[in-house]
Amino acid sequence: MGLSNQSTGCCVLSDALHVERVSPGQKVIALAGNPNVGKSTVFNSLTGMRQHTGNWPGKTVTIAQGNFTHGDTQFILVDIPGTYSLMANSVEEEVARDFICFGNPDAVIVVADATCLERNLNLILQTLEATSNVVVCVNLMDEARRKKIRIDLEELSHQLGVPVAGTSARNGKGLDILMDEVWKVTSAKTDGSPLVIQYPEVIESAVSFLEPALKGVVKGGLNPRWVALRLLEDDERLLKAINNYLGYDLMRFEAIADGFRKAKETLDAAGIQPDLYKDMIVSGIVRKAEAISRRVVTVEKPGYNMRDQRIDRILTSRIYGIPIMIGLLGIIFWITITGANYPSSVLADGLFWVEEQLTDLFMAIGAPAWLHGLLVAGMYRTLAWVVSVMLPPMAIFFPLFTLLEDLGYLPRVAFNLDNFFKKACAHGKQALTMCMGFGCNAAGVVGCRIIDSPRERLVATITNNFVPCNGRFPTLIAIITMFFAGMLSGPFQSIVSTLILTGVIILGIIMTLVISRLLSRTILKGLPSSFTLELPPYRKPQAGRIIVRSILDRTLFVLGRAVMVAAPAGLIIWAMANIHAGGMSLLSHSANFLDPFARLFGMDGYILMAFILGFPANEIVIPILIMSYMAEGSMMEFESLIQLRELLVANGWTWLTAICVMLFSLMHWPCSTTCLTIRKETQSWKWTLVSILVPTLTGLCVCFVVANGARLLGLA
Amino acid sequence: MKQKTDSLISPGHIMPLSFLPTGRKARVKALMSNGISRRRMLDLGLISDTIIEALQKSPSGDPVAYLIRGAVIALRSEEASQIIVEAV
Repeated sequence: MGLSNQSTGCCVLSDALHVERVSPGQKVIALAGNPNVGKSTVFNSLTGMRQHTGNWPGKTVTIAQGNFTHGDTQFILVDIPGTYSLMANSVEEEVARDFICFGNPDAVIVVADATCLERNLNLILQTLEATSNVVVCVNLMDEARRKKIRIDLEELSHQLGVPVAGTSARNGKGLDILMDEVWKVTSAKTDGSPLVIQYPEVIESAVSFLEPALKGVVKGGLNPRWVALRLLEDDERLLKAINNYLGYDLMRFEAIADGFRKAKETLDAAGIQPDLYKDMIVSGIVRKAEAISRRVVTVEKPGYNMRDQRIDRILTSRIYGIPIMIGLLGIIFWITITGANYPSSVLADGLFWVEEQLTDLFMAIGAPAWLHGLLVAGMYRTLAWVVSVMLPPMAIFFPLFTLLEDLGYLPRVAFNLDNFFKKACAHGKQALTMCMGFGCNAAGVVGCRIIDSPRERLVATITNNFVPCNGRFPTLIAIITMFFAGMLSGPFQSIVSTLILTGVIILGIIMTLVISRLLSRTILKGLPSSFTLELPPYRKPQAGRIIVRSILDRTLFVLGRAVMVAAPAGLIIWAMANIHAGGMSLLSHSANFLDPFARLFGMDGYILMAFILGFPANEIVIPILIMSYMAEGSMMEFESLIQLRELLVANGWTWLTAICVMLFSLMHWPCSTTCLTIRKETQSWKWTLVSILVPTLTGLCVCFVVANGARLLGLA
Repeated sequence: MKQKTDSLISPGHIMPLSFLPTGRKARVKALMSNGISRRRMLDLGLISDTIIEALQKSPSGDPVAYLIRGAVIALRSEEASQIIVEAV
């Protein structure tokens, strides 16, 4: 669900270190922090940009930057990936570390979660080791207060030796203080002495051989002690990164090489191999975090997370966990379907009234018939269709889904479903990327970055299209309403629609698991990698923010894109339907050509062509189809779905056609945007092709079996 | 992985974390994993003597959610069986 202006518009990981200062006086501030601590909210509040935020770990997988001014200084705020550590165990951690250490930021803000400070101190302490220009932002102070957790910010600042600001970024509280502190740090108005973590004596004596030699040689803001500690880790890639950054090979300096040798001898003599060394370093940091936390955090009410645990016991229980999940999905669909009906027809009435006025206008100015056909019957009608069919379900579905996201329910979905994914040899976080796919598959594919293992990331990427994005929802809903629920009346209609739609989604999930397993057994052989998933505390959602964000960032953005595609598509279809060759329109020629093939799969030539022409955006499949069926080559006026049904039935549709179209809509090639995103993410045309072929072949196989099975059994 | 019943596990009992019944606490004694997996466990703060509590099983019994240093983290049995703990 992460599709928004920001998440698609900002630069990607590979450009991570490139920050352009517009004017020389600008200061670059890196925004670091654990996943899910409100980092994006801080970013948005400071810069006024709408980067989408969500309550699940590892959301910020791209790097966004924005500007703000405080006092006399302009700042560029760079939102680096949320990580628990800078030890470079994953791509995100490496990017975060590289930006903090080699990106030359003027200061680093580390955002921490006040309700879980001890865990966050790990990253804070690691950052302090690398750079002293740090401001700690203890966010979610309001949540902490509600949970009766008290944080002594002054003592924390004293312990860490750097400024600390307590904030509730969601309400905009404390951000002034944060900006003041950042301003002070970047204009060198503070003179703190940041905490230096003391490691066991043998490590300290090893460092003492190396550190003095490094002083004076390492420049550009690198901390000699940090470099010494890292050199002793024997990390080839980091050594290369340091040398790259400095522009010369550290080991070419005799004093350094000599110190390094002596330090290594010291460690060897004590029997400290690289693995143990790293353990000792991490333990040192964790113990320091524990000690600091003990001094500054007071839990007034022990068992403060009992409420969350009680909720979890129900939402992830053996008996109710999965039924509740399906039930919630069903409720969302039911509200969407029921709620969308009325506004949809009102919109349609309005938009087609406008069409009549446009037609009158064209008549009045005496425009030629072809111009009216092209612009009004072709372009405008397609647009009107897309808007009236798509806007209402999206405007209802998005806020509801954002609500679940904000509450923190989605990680519980991943928790509930993990065992299925494990059996499919896939990653449990694939459930999260599927949730993102509900909004837009391109966003889902980008979201696959939260999966570390390259094999499992590919599995998630290739199968993401089995989740119907919101471009395909209206198609599914329209067909269900016309063919399966249309005969019923009243409340039953929407309940039956909901059940069928939920069934289709569950089928999509089952196909995802089956295909993931198949891929893991064939072209992407391998075992599931290690898996840790954080279940963040439930948070009170903010209704206003949800509505604004989901309508502005998601609905309008997605709709805008659909409209951009629909307008030219409407033109092309109208032209194809009205340019005749050999007594038949181009459209009929193409459809006739595809027809025998399409019939094998329970569809017809027009349907298959609509899917092909819908490659730029799935939203326009149904409009194209309707326009193609209309003999005069433009869409009829949309008054009710019953009329539409008559049109389809007149063109040979049966319930079997409807099922096959729904199945093929669920399982066919990804739209062009998603394909390009897959190419960008995998850096490979081969895997892009696989991502197109796998869902398409699956869909064709399923449709073939269903269509011919039903025909053989004499059902249709 | 078969799990012992609560009453059989007395304080001081040494076992893999995956054997810890929900609702019980244990102290980390050692990590058996290596490489990236070990790093990841350490990043969670799972150094020796860390107290960890088994909170909640997922519907299928695996993964299990644990309370580790104030954060709720779900671990699959593969990871949990690599963490040796002492029941408290």
